[in-house]
Amino acid sequence: MSDPVSAMSGATFAGLAKVEDSGLQGMITLRGDLASAVLQAAVKAATGAEVPVSGQVALSDQGGVAWMSPDELLLLVPYAEVDAKVSELSEALKGEHALAVNVSDARGVFRLSGEGAREVLGKVCPVDMSAEAFKPGQFRRTRMAQVAAAFWLDHDGVFHIVCFRSVAAYVFNLLSASAHPQSKVVVY
Amino acid sequence: MSTRLANTGRLIDRSKQIEFTFNGKRMKGYAGDTLASALLANDQMMVGRSFKYHRPRGVVASGPEEPNALVGLGTGDRFEPNQRATTTELFSGLSAQSQNHWPSLDFDVLAINNKLSRFLTAGFYYKMFIHPRPLWKHVYEPIIRQSAGLGKAPDKELKDADTYEHFYFFADVLVIGGGVAGLQAAKAAAESGAKVLLIEQHNYWGGRAPVDGGTIDGMEPGAWVEKTLEELRGMDNVTLRDRCMGAGVYDHGYALGYERLTDHAPGQGGPRHRLWRIRASQIVTATGAIERPLSFAGNDIPGVMLAASMRDYAVNWGVTPGQKVVVATNNDDAYRTAIALHGAGVEIVRVLDTRDSGGGALMEEVRQLGIRVECGRGIAKVKGTKRVTGVAICAQNGEGGAQEEVAADAVAMSGGWSPVVHLWSHCGGKLVWDQAHANFRPDPERPPLGADGNGFVVAAGAANGASDLGAALQDAQTAGEAAANAAGFTPKTVNAPAAEAPVETPMQPVWLMPAKADIKLRMKSWLDYQNDVKVSDVQLAAQEGFESVEHTKRYTTLGMATDQGKLSNINGLAILADSLGSEIPQVGTTTFRPPYHPISMGAIGGEARGEIFQPLRKTPMYEWHDSNGSDWEPVGQWRRPFAYVRSGETLHDAVNREVKNTRENLGLLDASTLGKLVVKGPDAGKFLDMMYTNMMSTLKIGKCRYGLMCSENGFLIDDGVVARIDEDTWLCHTTTGGAERIHGHMEEWLQTEWWDWKVYVANVTEQLAQVAVVGPNARKVLEKLNEKAGGGMDVSKEALPFMEWRDGEIGGFKARAYRISFSGELSYEIAVAASDGLAFWTALMEAGQEFGVMPYGTECLHILRAEKGFIMIGDETDGTVIPQDLGLHWALSKKKEDFLGKRAHSRSHMADPDRWQLVGLETVDGSVLPDGAYAVGNGVNANGQKNTIGRVTSTYYSSNLGRGIAMGLVKHGPKRMGEVIDFPGTDGKIYKAKIVDQVFYDKEGEKQNV
Amino acid sequence: MLILECPYCGVKAEETELAAGGEAHLKRFGPGSSDEEFHDYLFMRENPKGVHFERWRHANGCGKWFHAARCTMTLEVFGTYSAQTTEPPQEIKDKISEKRPDWTWRDIK
Repeated sequence: MSDPVSAMSGATFAGLAKVEDSGLQGMITLRGDLASAVLQAAVKAATGAEVPVSGQVALSDQGGVAWMSPDELLLLVPYAEVDAKVSELSEALKGEHALAVNVSDARGVFRLSGEGAREVLGKVCPVDMSAEAFKPGQFRRTRMAQVAAAFWLDHDGVFHIVCFRSVAAYVFNLLSASAHPQSKVVVY
Repeated sequence: MSTRLANTGRLIDRSKQIEFTFNGKRMKGYAGDTLASALLANDQMMVGRSFKYHRPRGVVASGPEEPNALVGLGTGDRFEPNQRATTTELFSGLSAQSQNHWPSLDFDVLAINNKLSRFLTAGFYYKMFIHPRPLWKHVYEPIIRQSAGLGKAPDKELKDADTYEHFYFFADVLVIGGGVAGLQAAKAAAESGAKVLLIEQHNYWGGRAPVDGGTIDGMEPGAWVEKTLEELRGMDNVTLRDRCMGAGVYDHGYALGYERLTDHAPGQGGPRHRLWRIRASQIVTATGAIERPLSFAGNDIPGVMLAASMRDYAVNWGVTPGQKVVVATNNDDAYRTAIALHGAGVEIVRVLDTRDSGGGALMEEVRQLGIRVECGRGIAKVKGTKRVTGVAICAQNGEGGAQEEVAADAVAMSGGWSPVVHLWSHCGGKLVWDQAHANFRPDPERPPLGADGNGFVVAAGAANGASDLGAALQDAQTAGEAAANAAGFTPKTVNAPAAEAPVETPMQPVWLMPAKADIKLRMKSWLDYQNDVKVSDVQLAAQEGFESVEHTKRYTTLGMATDQGKLSNINGLAILADSLGSEIPQVGTTTFRPPYHPISMGAIGGEARGEIFQPLRKTPMYEWHDSNGSDWEPVGQWRRPFAYVRSGETLHDAVNREVKNTRENLGLLDASTLGKLVVKGPDAGKFLDMMYTNMMSTLKIGKCRYGLMCSENGFLIDDGVVARIDEDTWLCHTTTGGAERIHGHMEEWLQTEWWDWKVYVANVTEQLAQVAVVGPNARKVLEKLNEKAGGGMDVSKEALPFMEWRDGEIGGFKARAYRISFSGELSYEIAVAASDGLAFWTALMEAGQEFGVMPYGTECLHILRAEKGFIMIGDETDGTVIPQDLGLHWALSKKKEDFLGKRAHSRSHMADPDRWQLVGLETVDGSVLPDGAYAVGNGVNANGQKNTIGRVTSTYYSSNLGRGIAMGLVKHGPKRMGEVIDFPGTDGKIYKAKIVDQVFYDKEGEKQNV
Repeated sequence: MLILECPYCGVKAEETELAAGGEAHLKRFGPGSSDEEFHDYLFMRENPKGVHFERWRHANGCGKWFHAARCTMTLEVFGTYSAQTTEPPQEIKDKISEKRPDWTWRDIK
């Protein structure tokens, strides 16, 4: 019977920052016209959050919505509800040109927390990670060393990192190496 | 004798003694020493042998411009050749070895080259070893390689013990150089509110100013540096980094900083170097200036040193290279060395000033100290071999007739100063010739240009040609303000600090000492110490017609190797200009390229080593494969099992076992890596008809179709099975390597050509784990699983016919099953959620026990498909193959007006009947054809090589058939069935193979359709 | 290393986030076109020293293709714009004209 496992099944590393496998996270790729009222209502119903503007993630108690591109959102929902949410979305978007697919298992998801988190990301992403430049609620798709990745910062100061499942071990090891306890840059 | 001085040494801590070894000899230094200062303190004048003539060489400079003092540093997995003693901070246990000698530094066999130097002129190797030609490879080259080269490469069996990392940093203004100009520029920029990063290569701030004296705002320069540092540290918008060298400036404000974190304390943990990848709106280069040597005979003998460097050693580290020093200069600055050394108790034998009327206030001060100054004089020749023993003095304007010989053990020379323009120049900043100071400095009118078309680099201080302390500070203030302004901030306009320093009289350009030196002297006057290039070599090159400075550089090696001519460039091109009867600015400089100073390969690689050298992509079943004998095969970045080797088996045995078992019983393949793209929308059918060569819009819901994709110029780029999911949704399988590529390909056409078509594509490759369940027992194992789960998908022939798919549950797992076959067997490909992948695989393995289940790898997959004559993208195709070459005409729709590649297929070369075409190949003796072997036909081509008429594209041993089988592309192949052709192997054997039908097994296709 | 602003997500992306896609504004020729037209479409490209129009993809980012107008000699970027256009927008052409009054590219001025 089904007993799903996340990409890194609970791995953690503590150094400059704490790197943790976030476990199973329901995720839906939704493509469509982000300006459509029907789509916005469906997104709100599925996640409790509004469609964010570019470069942002909107978080709610039940989940959230990240802006992926002008015609793509990443919906965050509870893992157990993802199939039902995909069906609801597809139903609600009937007649609209849209595509909703479950991508929960296609991803590795990590939490990165602690004082050194900004520096750890600054070592592997070509992104200004200073507090002035990267603020809570911001969402960024970028390159993480040699792979594509995305991350957002929540309002508790925790970074959430999403990568493809097949490279989850690479990303976990990469973040752990960058969080080596004696590698503090001392700029953020 | 070179010794420690009693009282000076502002950077050393005499309470902390440090032990180190040089060539195995134990020596002592102090905390704060560089390896160079510590060697000098131990009277180690000679630190290496020169590159070509193996002449004894000593420390010449005190910073990164040092050409001679290159050592092998460290031992074992921390050994590195060519490390500069002048930039190596001393630490306890440091172990250094000198280079370029055998058997020892003191006695070197190849020092004979020095005696032969008359013959070893510029271009010697080019001229001498060209004939007879065959001797080059086997005689000349090995001998020359043995005697040449800088240092020894580290042991190839050892891995670097250290780790490295990168760090991305964004600033409004980056200031490179932490001397007084850099500090002032950083302050001026930071006061505008701009975010400033200031980096300094040394482990101390202030640059030369604390050594050179004068006052800033009434303070000693050292005190001013401390005060300014405190101010900068107190500003939130300023980041300061020492031990961090500006290595390069690149397009659009990109710069590299090379931070050496643990070089001064190896093994303390954490990364050794950090490469700062900096983006700045504006960059201030406050990189100072480098003193030039003078070209006189014997200017390379240990003990001859740049005047300012000698002063550095005395003031910073409390070391003097000699007790009786001659100073030779063409400018006022070198007088400071005489003053400093005199103050430290060192005897200044003479100051030789090339200028007939000598210098200004500093000269007066020296005279006041009772030091003998002679004007219009220079050095005819330095005496000594392994160290200076004396100096022959002559008139600068003469031919070198010695007027007097004095005993001396060190010579301080100053030929003037060259601004460090490297970082200004890296990204296209241009230079102007400053006649008064005889140097090139940045041309403010022609800076490197940024993304907005405006300059993004500002030079400051001595790096900008400022000639004294006050001018440098004023220039730095202006530069800092200008940078802040250009970065979008409003600078506070304040006065630069007031500086007081002695007024200096103009320098006199001196390119040769004495000015009319004869050839004997010129042949001992070194321009480039590191490459052993002399004045006479550059003159010879000019005589031989090398007029371009870039050509002269390569011909003579002037300015090459690890110092890139930091000391030699200007002197060399002045000699070249003189020889050509031209002016220096007309001759110009060679190109300045990053890095400014060599940086470690480790820093460039950053974190990418060991298990994170590159990303390895793993399927959800990776761990199972790994613990069940998987021999891994890289497929792009994926790792796929090649075969599962059991104990006692060879890899070959394992493959053969898997091949037989899959045909006879049941095999499982992890097919998760196959690309899976969902294509949805009202125009999806129309779109797929353009993407694929065959018709996809007509595919019925619930059915599958094999499709081919071509590029716009007609070549096959991918293949795979397409399934129609619902009215406006298709699922397209791609090859393992094709998922991201084909996803990108689809997006490209949708975004850039047919943007009004309503189609969305999503890549769900990694959402799904996919297992191919293959073999006569395939259906049985699925039925068994369903039985155990109390029901599930009907997988019978009737309910799920060949080339159809169904959604449902199998063994309690939510699954989608495709009745497709890449093996010719009864086969299901079953997709489940990736997070269920391992559990599903394990369930299949358990349930399959009674049906003889075995996992199989990619090699078995290949053999099974080759037995059936199925093509593989990347084997039968190589980017030049069209579907028609592979006999796939049936997959090219004739009904469609257009698809990608269609127009290309009607180009004349594509329709050529002489194109090689796919056939099966059977060796006459049953052996396996070598992969990639070419078939040869009659006649020879224009190069006298045999004409080729085909090549092997896939070749395997088939355990089912008990012989080698192959496919290949052969000219007119399908018309030559039964013909035997020759494939010469690289082993010298000629393989004879018969052209046959490419389907070797189950030609009627009965096995897959049961 | 270039920085280009992705007109779709607003990120000022450095080159390592981007993938270059060659010359912009090619007109596709398919079945029915002459050999010469098709050949030129496949292979003939501008190679200007100066103003050039290119296709880029924000590959390690929002995934969108876009156009960039830049100078191949100085690397000055005049602007980036939508991929869904067959020629540079007037606004971009005006920006170029401000800096390079005499520019031409193919038959565009």
